[in-house]
Order: sequence, then C-alpha cells, then structure tokens
Amino acid sequence: MKCRRCRGPAVIEVRRHNAGFCRDCFLHHCREQVRKTIEDFDMLQPGDRVLIAVSGGKDSLALWDILRDLGHDVDGLYLGLGIDDYSDESGNYARAYADARGAKLVKVDLPTDLGFDIPTGSRVARRAPCSACGLSKRHLFNQAAVDNGYDVVATGHNLDDEAAVLFGNVLRWSTDYLGRQLPVLPAGNGFVRKVKPLVRLGERETAAYCVLAGIDYQVEECPMAAGNRHLGYKDALNAIEDQSPGSKHAFYFGFLEKASPLFTPEAAREQENLQRCAQCGTPTTGEVCAFCRLAERARR
Amino acid sequence: MKIVLRNPRRELDMAGPMRVHALLERLEINREAVLVIRGDTLVTGDAQLSDDDEVEIRPVVSGGVA
Repeated sequence: MKCRRCRGPAVIEVRRHNAGFCRDCFLHHCREQVRKTIEDFDMLQPGDRVLIAVSGGKDSLALWDILRDLGHDVDGLYLGLGIDDYSDESGNYARAYADARGAKLVKVDLPTDLGFDIPTGSRVARRAPCSACGLSKRHLFNQAAVDNGYDVVATGHNLDDEAAVLFGNVLRWSTDYLGRQLPVLPAGNGFVRKVKPLVRLGERETAAYCVLAGIDYQVEECPMAAGNRHLGYKDALNAIEDQSPGSKHAFYFGFLEKASPLFTPEAAREQENLQRCAQCGTPTTGEVCAFCRLAERARR
Repeated sequence: MKIVLRNPRRELDMAGPMRVHALLERLEINREAVLVIRGDTLVTGDAQLSDDDEVEIRPVVSGGVA
C-alpha cells in the first residue's frame, strides 16, 4: 500500500478515508484533522490558555502533542484516581511526556488532596465506576481551570467515544444528554469552555499517532472499565464500521448537522435552572452538587 | 512468528509467511479495533509477515467514557 500524499510506502491504512499514509504524512493528517476541527467549530481563540485533561492514555497525550505542535498555549492536568497500580502507571506516562518536552503538568490526587478514591466513591454512591470517575473529572477539571485562570478545558474524546455515547443516548432517547452532546460547550454559569478537538480522529488513529510520534502511553485498559456498556457500544459500532467504513463518522457528524439542533433547546432550559452548590459554588440542579455529595459519602 | 496480544498480555506462535489481514481474520480480531506493530513501526493489512517476525497486536479501544 502506498501513502496517498507522497506515494511512499504506507504504514497505516485509514479505511474511512480510503487512504494509506506513511509516518510523516499520517502525523500531518492528524494535525490537519485537529486544526480543521478547531477552526470549523470555533474551539480556540488566539491567546486562549488551554488546560488539557491528561490521563496518560493515547488520546490525551496525542491531543497534547498536536495542540503544542499547532502552537496553542496548553498545560496538562493529571487527576490521580486512586485505582491501585493503574493510576500510578498512568500518571507516570503523563509525567514522562511532560518532562521529556518541558511541558507543564499539574497533578491533583484524589486520595491525597480530596480524601477519597474512585473505587470507594463508586461503591458508597452506588454509581458505576465510570460514572463516579466521569463526574469527578468533570468537576475537578472545571474547578482547576476556574481557579487557575484557564479559558478552556480540552479533552481527548475521539470519534469512537462520541459515536458510542451518541449510540447509547439514541438507544434510550436521552434527549437531555443529546442536547448537550456537542464538540464545544460554551463558557458560562461558572463553567469554562469545553472542547473536544479529536472528534474527527478515531481511536485507532490516536493510538497510531502515539506509536509513530514516539509517545509512550498507558496501553492497559482501566480495570474498572472492563465489561461496561460503553465498550459494548464500541464493539457494535466497530462491527458496522468493518463492513461499511465511514459509518461512525456519518453517524456522529450527521447527528451534529441534522439532529442536534432539535435537542439543544431542552438542554438550554436546564441550564437556566441551575443554582450554586451550597458547598463548592459549582452550578447544579440541586442544593448540593453531585460531586460534593459523592465526596462527602466517600469520606465517611 | 511470535504474536504478542495485550489486555491481558499473552503470546502465540504461528507459522508464516502470512499477510496481516489474514492473521487478524484467523484470530477473529476486528481490524478496526487494533494496530499491528512490527519492530518499532506499524504495518498495513497487506504487509507480508515472515516466519521470524515478532508482531504485537495492540488493542485501541478504551472504555472509560462516562
């Protein structure tokens, strides 16, 4: 197989683009996909200070690398989740990337800094581990951005993540979630802007980016995610993609273009009804936000 | 050839030569869900693997999105 761009030997095939790429042209392709995403969705403005949520996995490290290459002012925040050795190893990958490139990485450790870990939080709150983890990440990344003067939080959600979440939301017609499933959530009401610049890249591409760019990342799966519903949706979508390349892209971008506007008014109405959490001041629908309730129960 | 699989890590021995897409088919692995790495670089589905190659089949699907 030849590289579509330079006609040299290809090292990766991207079937939904009906193309192969050599190493250098693939890295260029990934940067261009991210640059186009940022431009099309008006994600970042000149001078924005960007805080990237870094897990030590392929997506966040690829995103960090690409945003730095594109000249954005971006620092990393690693959140230690207290998931045994997995968290320690993941943190090591994030630290190694930052140290090798002289990038700034801030670490918040749930057990040390907040007095609980995800396994405990999940158990006492009777939430699925990924739900407790996601809730904690959303809260703490926003809080860190607000406290430290960042304009934007960028996350490594890729096309596969977004297509799988959309698949789940459509299966259940979760119209409130569908109204908020956007690649950019604007700032306001105590939240900084949130952006997902990797939505044009599949996770096979972000993993390939790391391998070809020489970025070591956490390959092992989080032990708490094993068997979750989201992985089942990804399996189903990959089976479809194998038969019909481009299906995931068409599903997600078709939703954004044709269906998303139908659901955004409901999500906007919910935003109007938010009040300040009595404990931390974060916007919430109740008196105390879900994160403060989780943390309080986990610390008992 | 030696095949290294991940999550959990394990190794298989298979006779070569064989093309990458044939290897994935034989192992019933969806090509959309993995990268195939020989040495320090990736190989495409049409690449021929020889008997003395060591190949890693690395999963790319992560599932922690809440």
